Amino acid sequence: MTLVSTHALTAFYGDFQALFGVDFELDEGEIAAVIGANGAGKSTFLRSIAGANSADAGAVRLAGAPVGGLGAPRMARLGVSLVPEGRRLFPSLSVEENLQVGRSTGRVGPWTLERVYRLFPRLEERRAAPALQLSGGEQQMAAIGRALMGNPRLLLCDELSLGLAPVVIKSIYETIPQLAREGVTLVIVEQDIGIALGVAQRVTCLQHGRVSLSGAPAGLTREQISAAYFGH
Amino acid sequence: MLAEWTNTIVQGVLLGGLYGMFAMGLSLIWGVMRLVNIAHGDFILLGAYVALVFGETAGLHPLAALPLVVAAMALLGFLLQRGVLNRTLGKGLLPPLLVTFGLSVVVQNLLLQAFSADSQALRAEGLTTASLQLGESLAVGWFPLGVFASALLMGLGLQFLFARTAFGRKLRATSDDHETVQLLGVDEKRMYALAMALAFALMAVAGVLLGMRTSFAPTDGPANLLFAFEAVVIGGLGSFWGTFAGGVILGVAQAVGFRLDPGWGLLVGHFVFLAVLLFKPEGLFPRTR
Amino acid sequence: MSAVRVERATRASRIAAAGAGLVLVAGISLPWWSDAGTMRLLVEFFCFLVMAQMWNLLAGYGGLVSIGQQAYLGLGGYLLFALANHAGLNPFLCVPLAGVFAALVALPTAKLVFRLRGGYFAIGTWAVAEVFRLLLANVSMFGGGSGQSLRAMAAIARATREPLAYWFALAAAVAAVAGVYWLLRSRHGLALSAIRDSETAAASQGIDVAFTQYWVYVVSAAGFGVVGALYYMNILRISPNAAFDVNWTAYVIFIVVIGGIGTIEGPILGTILFFVLRETLAGFGAWYLIALGAIAVVTMLYFPGGIWGAVQQRYELHLFPVRRWLRKA
Repeated sequence: MTLVSTHALTAFYGDFQALFGVDFELDEGEIAAVIGANGAGKSTFLRSIAGANSADAGAVRLAGAPVGGLGAPRMARLGVSLVPEGRRLFPSLSVEENLQVGRSTGRVGPWTLERVYRLFPRLEERRAAPALQLSGGEQQMAAIGRALMGNPRLLLCDELSLGLAPVVIKSIYETIPQLAREGVTLVIVEQDIGIALGVAQRVTCLQHGRVSLSGAPAGLTREQISAAYFGH
Repeated sequence: MLAEWTNTIVQGVLLGGLYGMFAMGLSLIWGVMRLVNIAHGDFILLGAYVALVFGETAGLHPLAALPLVVAAMALLGFLLQRGVLNRTLGKGLLPPLLVTFGLSVVVQNLLLQAFSADSQALRAEGLTTASLQLGESLAVGWFPLGVFASALLMGLGLQFLFARTAFGRKLRATSDDHETVQLLGVDEKRMYALAMALAFALMAVAGVLLGMRTSFAPTDGPANLLFAFEAVVIGGLGSFWGTFAGGVILGVAQAVGFRLDPGWGLLVGHFVFLAVLLFKPEGLFPRTR
Repeated sequence: MSAVRVERATRASRIAAAGAGLVLVAGISLPWWSDAGTMRLLVEFFCFLVMAQMWNLLAGYGGLVSIGQQAYLGLGGYLLFALANHAGLNPFLCVPLAGVFAALVALPTAKLVFRLRGGYFAIGTWAVAEVFRLLLANVSMFGGGSGQSLRAMAAIARATREPLAYWFALAAAVAAVAGVYWLLRSRHGLALSAIRDSETAAASQGIDVAFTQYWVYVVSAAGFGVVGALYYMNILRISPNAAFDVNWTAYVIFIVVIGGIGTIEGPILGTILFFVLRETLAGFGAWYLIALGAIAVVTMLYFPGGIWGAVQQRYELHLFPVRRWLRKA
């Protein structure tokens, strides 16, 4: 079943147009990767789905229903959670308190504090620490955990690997397939193409706000991807 | 001689409890949404007047009317934030200040029109004059003691709310990062309205207790705002206990000033505030983040 | 690329300049064809006009909202009484001195209040005004809390002092409008506009934000000081509660907000409107202020540019152009 889709999605920042009619589709339980150079519009794309950017009602659909422009709080309560670029944990809250705020969607589901701690044991060790005292990788885990606490149907991850060491990136990405198995649909925005393709069933490449390539990773060559990423 | 000065200081401390109460609402709103409500003092006064109305129309004792005043003011605060003040946020410095200043003038003059410029007082016989004898020459009124205790309870309550409840966490998170908090399902506009409702509830209590303690007139609002503000600056931003301590210090300064010369009472308080601003602008007990 | 030139005047502003010249001639000649009552009303009008321009300079351009400029108005008034009543100085000489005195007091005061930011800065300025009020109420030489009358004016013949007071006020108004206009057209004006739009961006361009805000505060204080002397010379009696009343700021804010903040035309329009309203709503007591307050709140919420802002947007009308336009040569 198609869980999320966009139709001719456009996005503006004032007079500046960031997305020019992006079409996208993802089935429930799948993992999609969205790649592209800096400024291609990847973050804008995720934010439009999450409701943080305004959009036409029919431009974004969740399980077929038009949800464009409903606003982020509404979308979160409908089960769309965004792990924002740069983690953005709450500085004056502890790790555990950050996770607890994640419950604000009011959705019921399998994700509880215990479950998140089982997925990321490091967080349990540091549960009382002020959030910003954690290392980059730990903060990323906390940000993901915080979004999971909302029991989302769709998890949008913006640049999980930003500023992290390769070994840490690897360990975080090992949890992604686990999440999919537990019933969460994922859209991953990544600059690191290799790691994105390694985990996704579908890949979409954005270039200057437009879709330049779309398909299953297995069916695409390095040359095709490179061309779509950088342009001719 | 010593007994007289001790008495003065004690009176000052108890007065300071009331100032701490004034300041808590101001500090709460600034902490959550970086808004300074210039009409703060006028709304505290409004609380006193609402209690007055309940007293005159339904014969209610001020303390009996208190829950009703709190409910009415909380609702007013919620609607005010939702309908008016939310529109001023995120648009720069001028709109919130100018709108709340306008509200201050409107509230003051509405009260003036409705109740005239005469001083009023909330009738609470017996309660306000009974006193507790401490030692040989020191007598402390039960009522001022009660006000101080209420202020302490208020501080504890707010501390608990912010540190231990889900609502408090959401408020802190909204104050930290109001964009990200929306991604987690929190409606920031609603949070602000609820925070303002809470602040107005605190202001209602402060207003009723103020009205029981002393006579009041519609033009007293600005003075309340100034005392609240000075308490916050003296105590330092970021902690309720700091604000409370600031209020106590201000109260003591004023009491000492009044003792020295009735014309200098308020001035001594202002000088202490200016001194703190000059030598320790971050306040005496700021919370370091 | 075709040649362009930088233009600083508009057709409307040229017409307005001619009109202003006519108004000025009429204004200067007024004492010969009008009566004492009108002159006194106009003195008040000019006072509010100067205050509005000063407050607009501070808030609309400097980005500093002060609700305590009445501190300097009161100081100016009291300096007049100190020098004229008690030191025997010619009252008219005290007017410019009041401005200088206010500026001198503003210098250290600014250092103090600038430690506060935003809303707390606003209340801080109010606290300062309160301190001045209480200090002066304790000075028996000035009649303490009940105030004093300006005896020194009795020594000057009415036929002399009334037109003279009027001309001083007119001069102050013209100086204020012309001064602000000149300032905003200069590079200091560009700095102010930049600060108003974004302090951080302005600072990154090398503008010393703190210094600029500092002297804008001092200039504004001087303006209010001059008004204090003018106003109390006109009504002949001062008291601390009246001279340091926060309602001064209330009126000025309403004038500037409703007229149009951040423009020169706005305060002029606002002052005219204020006086029209005052005359028409004279009998309504507190309702007058309630109406003023409510209108200001609504204006700020829905028409933040005020009346002149709306006009400017709709018709691109600039009577006092401070911007530069690129036109084809």
